[in-house]
Amino acid sequence: MTDMAQPQHWRAWLLSDRPASRRQARLGRAYAGWQRFTTNKLAMVGLAIVLGLVLVAAFANVIAPYSPVEGGDLRTERLLPPSAAHLFGTDDQARDIFSRVVYGSRITLFVVVLVAIIAAPIGLVVGTVAGYAGGYLDAILMRITDIFLAFPKLILALAFVAALGPGIENAVIAIAITSWPPYARIARAETLTIRSSEYISAVKLMGASPWRIVLRHIMPLCVSSLIIRVTLDMAGIILTAAGLGFLGLGAQPPLPEWGAMIASGRRFVLDQWWVAAAPGAAIFIVSLGFNLLGDGLRDTLDPKASDQ
Amino acid sequence: MTDALAVNNLTIYFEDFAAVDDVSFNVSAGSSFGLVGESGSGKSTVLRAIVGLAPSSGGEILLDGKPLATPRSKAFYRHVQMVFQDPYGSLHPRQTVDRTLAEPLAIHGIGDGERRIARALDEVGLGKGFRFRYPHQLSGGQRQRVAIARALLLEPKVLLLDEPTSALDASVQAEVLNLLEQLRRERQLTYVLVSHDLAVVTHMCERLLVMQKGQAVEELSAQALAARQIGTAYTRDLMAASTGFKRE
Repeated sequence: MTDMAQPQHWRAWLLSDRPASRRQARLGRAYAGWQRFTTNKLAMVGLAIVLGLVLVAAFANVIAPYSPVEGGDLRTERLLPPSAAHLFGTDDQARDIFSRVVYGSRITLFVVVLVAIIAAPIGLVVGTVAGYAGGYLDAILMRITDIFLAFPKLILALAFVAALGPGIENAVIAIAITSWPPYARIARAETLTIRSSEYISAVKLMGASPWRIVLRHIMPLCVSSLIIRVTLDMAGIILTAAGLGFLGLGAQPPLPEWGAMIASGRRFVLDQWWVAAAPGAAIFIVSLGFNLLGDGLRDTLDPKASDQ
Repeated sequence: MTDALAVNNLTIYFEDFAAVDDVSFNVSAGSSFGLVGESGSGKSTVLRAIVGLAPSSGGEILLDGKPLATPRSKAFYRHVQMVFQDPYGSLHPRQTVDRTLAEPLAIHGIGDGERRIARALDEVGLGKGFRFRYPHQLSGGQRQRVAIARALLLEPKVLLLDEPTSALDASVQAEVLNLLEQLRRERQLTYVLVSHDLAVVTHMCERLLVMQKGQAVEELSAQALAARQIGTAYTRDLMAASTGFKRE
């Protein structure tokens, strides 16, 4: 029971209702959010899957037993069923599918992170500026957003990739360009409810410039709903990237991209089902993980759901 | 002598609706002036027009005899500050008291923040323990004290109070009113107090203006009100309404 004293102590420090420093206040707030998050079992499953993806991507060279691009003997090792030597079997180039799926996690993570880094800030800035400024600026920014929203996402991404040329980087750019408009819409809607509140009036009366109000007072309140939406969109982003890969417009061979792997496996999907099934299952599990995580984050971060 | 604040023939239209119609009053430096009226009488709109949150359609507002520029300058906000009605809405929900109070100092490039924030909290009767709390960890009265501390950090000469106590319960109301009274004496502040509560206004203000439907009904002194020297029927009704609950 002696080791109980220590956790009790720091928990009390974190949850103190009269923190003594900025750091304690911030950590306490984060800890309260984490406590709420951990009560949601499904969200924890989602978090575990996403963390698993990150770990597999980071240690792919340790985990994968074979090279992801160089195959074995084409005469004897093509399209082998799953076995101890090849956990998920081999594909038509005699490559180990397990190794390819493991290395493919790097590409998936690369796409997901880059799209989030590019699309979310664009949406956030466009939405908050449009919402706060109003008038002509609002009309212009939101009509541009509407133009992007008028096209189906995959079709627009296809058009961009066709123009930019196939390749994983161009696929990332195309997906980012097509995924920011919903974020702008969300950020604008949040901004409209926040801008007329008294705490924004109070900051205005302090003499704050519009930029300061948007950056320091409105954006922090929009970020949480944006994080939720981006996390829930991750599954869609992975699927779009896989879709582009499937159509041959995303990652190019011999890169082990999951969508491209399914595309190459579809030719023998009835006789050698494992070639398409392994990357398909990977896409399914990771998409599910991001969706569960997003749902959990919504319960934790949504400012309307909690009193904070 | 010029007045600290003068409002001449102020008119404010929202679409076709005259929220404020030809209202004039003067507030001399160091005094406390009350605006009284029922909900929707335009009294809060007058305050919002003074600080530039509501557009004025006609008339002029003079500060120390000088007309105000639109939009208001940064210097104006160091001269005039405002405390809002709803203490639950006037503090940013994701910022600690410390962040909230640091903001005006950062905007105006005032140094020595640590000491100023500590002193401001001290002045409104909140100790060090409140400094790093979030608004949801404070009661209504404590929040209103933070809002008052924030307004005073810029050391304004004129403080506009928009129903500063109407969202608080009676005992906390008295505490906050006493605090405001004490701060006014210490800092020689000029107050413009908006309230629907005649008792609060007579307690706090030397002169007051009664408003109804956007128009000025009657201007009178607190003594006149206390002595029941009331000129119009509307003010008499208001007076009766505010004392009506007392047992005779």
